[in-house]
Amino acid sequence: MLRIRFLSVKCREEAVMNAIPTIRDYSLIGRDAQAAVANGLTAAEWYHTDVPRKQMKDLMKRSDGPAIRDTIIWLGCMALFAGLGIALWGNWWSVPFFLAYGVLYGSAADSRWHECGHGTAFKTRWMNDAVYQIASFMMMRNPVTWRWSHARHHTDTIIVGRDPEIAVMRPPDLLRLVLNFFGLLDAWHAVGDMLRNACGNVSAEEKTFIPKQEQHRVVRIARIWVAIYAATIALAVAMGSILPLMLIGLPRLYGAWHHVLTGLLQHGGLADNVTDHRLNSRTVYMNPVSRFIYWNMNYHVEHHMFPMVPYHALPKLHEAIKHDLPAPNPSIFHGYREMIPAFIRQLRNEDYFLKRELPPTAKPYREEFHSDAIAQAAE
Amino acid sequence: MPSLRQRNSPIGIAVQQNGRKEMSNWIEACAANDIDEEDVIRFDHDGRTFAIYRSPDDEYFATDGLCTHEHVHLADGLVMDEIIECPKHNGRFDYKTGEAKGAPVCVNLRTYPVKVEAGKVFIGIE
Ligand code: FES
Repeated sequence: MLRIRFLSVKCREEAVMNAIPTIRDYSLIGRDAQAAVANGLTAAEWYHTDVPRKQMKDLMKRSDGPAIRDTIIWLGCMALFAGLGIALWGNWWSVPFFLAYGVLYGSAADSRWHECGHGTAFKTRWMNDAVYQIASFMMMRNPVTWRWSHARHHTDTIIVGRDPEIAVMRPPDLLRLVLNFFGLLDAWHAVGDMLRNACGNVSAEEKTFIPKQEQHRVVRIARIWVAIYAATIALAVAMGSILPLMLIGLPRLYGAWHHVLTGLLQHGGLADNVTDHRLNSRTVYMNPVSRFIYWNMNYHVEHHMFPMVPYHALPKLHEAIKHDLPAPNPSIFHGYREMIPAFIRQLRNEDYFLKRELPPTAKPYREEFHSDAIAQAAE
Repeated sequence: MPSLRQRNSPIGIAVQQNGRKEMSNWIEACAANDIDEEDVIRFDHDGRTFAIYRSPDDEYFATDGLCTHEHVHLADGLVMDEIIECPKHNGRFDYKTGEAKGAPVCVNLRTYPVKVEAGKVFIGIE
């Protein structure tokens, strides 16, 4: 692969298409995990745009106001839609209310899980923790396991064999992606993991990123959740109605589509095994409703480069550093128009990826990767 | 980014800490007003890296400069009251005691005595 990086863009694309693809091993205890360590890709020094300390302190500043407002809107709308859905249960008019409730449960909870996991959404710690627990439950993500897996995702973003949160592995499993728009595979695996953890079993892979002293908490939370789901199922059986499950559990399936729609854009089709978030992450401009559901994670390069900046300050951070970043995708549609063809090409050659062009105002990450003048001179 | 300072002016003296006598080298780290209130700077000395804090009530503290979770400089993080939050995974420490306040940091930070004299901040390194 190193040789390919010194070719011009066109030659490089041809070379990539004709080269024998590198089979990736995404296991956290497999061949590529060892290779990543050997190649110095783990816990590496990642590129950061220079931001003056004073400005960065302003951007990092915590406050409770925006997240309290958004949480009241989020949970208030959920209560309203659930109430209307229940009132109209048995009537087709309940469908739109459940669809809206589902998105707030199975998608908005994803971004709340994420932000509160970082501890940046609220200034007050217990508020972060409370929303983190609620959102983790809705998303069926063990809050202990996923806190640690997400830390690894930030340390080794899209490093094969190290990052446990690579949503689209190469070659892409397109069927899996489609099924996950309805949460099918994710929820299936999540239920399996929950039952396994509840039996006291923490897997070898989980042990690679969860410290020993935290592992008993994984088991305890899994047991509490099993009890909640068992009570919900028992209530549904007693009522002879699926309604309790429409409120707890099933929205993880029928409301998942929005978090998958936005989440695939985070890194899909971009480079792997690089230590510059400008090359492996994507910033996409989105409509305000999606940004509310997604809590501004559409500014994904910015978030990865500076995870200390709360979601509500990401638009300001974007303005401050955009001169150093690739041009953002102007819409979700635009993002998919570049990403889907890349997935299809990766089916034939898993080394193919979308190479991000940095603007002339940006600092280069690695010359051989970005400067075509140098690449051509090297030919 | 915080300014990186390197000075070499060790003064070997005994300091009283926790009722015990210990030998410390007082190393001049920076001028007191080099650090904003409720902020932190990095200080490198003799191959080691430290973080020096100024609390909201205008007291000075020092800890090891690297997070105990991964190799990340705490001086790029955020000081909130007595907490330093690591810039990488938002791990939190009490910089006055070094106590790790929860996942993903589990190991306490080492702290060092600090004194301010004639507008200069000195840290005690054994
Ligand atoms: S490196 Fe400091 S919390 Fe992870």
